Amino acid sequence: MAEHYSSFQRGTWRWLFQRLTAVFLVGALGFHFVLLHFVNHAAEISFMGTQARMDQIGYFSLMVVFLVTAAFHGINGVYNALINQGLKGTQRRVVAGVLTLAGVLLVGQGTYVALHMNGFL
Amino acid sequence: MSSSYDRGTVESFGRWQEFSAGMWAWVLHKFTGWILIGYLFTHIAVLSTATQSPEMYTDTLQGLEELVIVRFLEIGLLAVAVFHILNGVRLLMVDLGIGLGSQDKSFYASLVLTAVIALASIPTFLGGVF
Repeated sequence: MAEHYSSFQRGTWRWLFQRLTAVFLVGALGFHFVLLHFVNHAAEISFMGTQARMDQIGYFSLMVVFLVTAAFHGINGVYNALINQGLKGTQRRVVAGVLTLAGVLLVGQGTYVALHMNGFL
Repeated sequence: MSSSYDRGTVESFGRWQEFSAGMWAWVLHKFTGWILIGYLFTHIAVLSTATQSPEMYTDTLQGLEELVIVRFLEIGLLAVAVFHILNGVRLLMVDLGIGLGSQDKSFYASLVLTAVIALASIPTFLGGVF
């Protein structure tokens, strides 16, 4: 039988949340792509159309949760990839801090954008 | 189960000709993951034009969509996302111990399905740009 290769050490909380966010993201990313490229064509996107979608609390909430889970999944994945390449000690702590800050800024800016899109700001 | 694996062979990229399906899946999953997180930062940056004015947002997005290179990059992004999703589902199945014996076949299936979906999307992505 072929071996299973993974960057993650199983059983850790980061391993578990990477899997849980993955399950959500499979559906959310698929929905996002289909809605904004196949149902509505990207070339026809306007602020009015975006605002009409973001005005719906269900859609707005889904997009914010999508942003948070995607940011966590991506940044946690990058962090694990770097650990897998041998990152440790002080370097590991510095990288963890920089990546966490990048994730917080990404989610913060994304939420700020979302609030502009639904007319709250 | 908590165990670590000797990934020496995987990380010795000079021996890529000896890689098994599982190793290629591991490499491609990382490669597509790096692209997707990089794109997420770019995506939020472009969408941030909405904070300036509705006109700037609409003009920026529609202006980008007029570029042929952007349409091709979108097809590439779709292929990257589809592979990451399909291989991700495969990884979840492997983690649950489902289909371990055919994990190499499910990797090949992920590749074929990605190619089919990306090719089928071409008319939609390139529509109206030429």
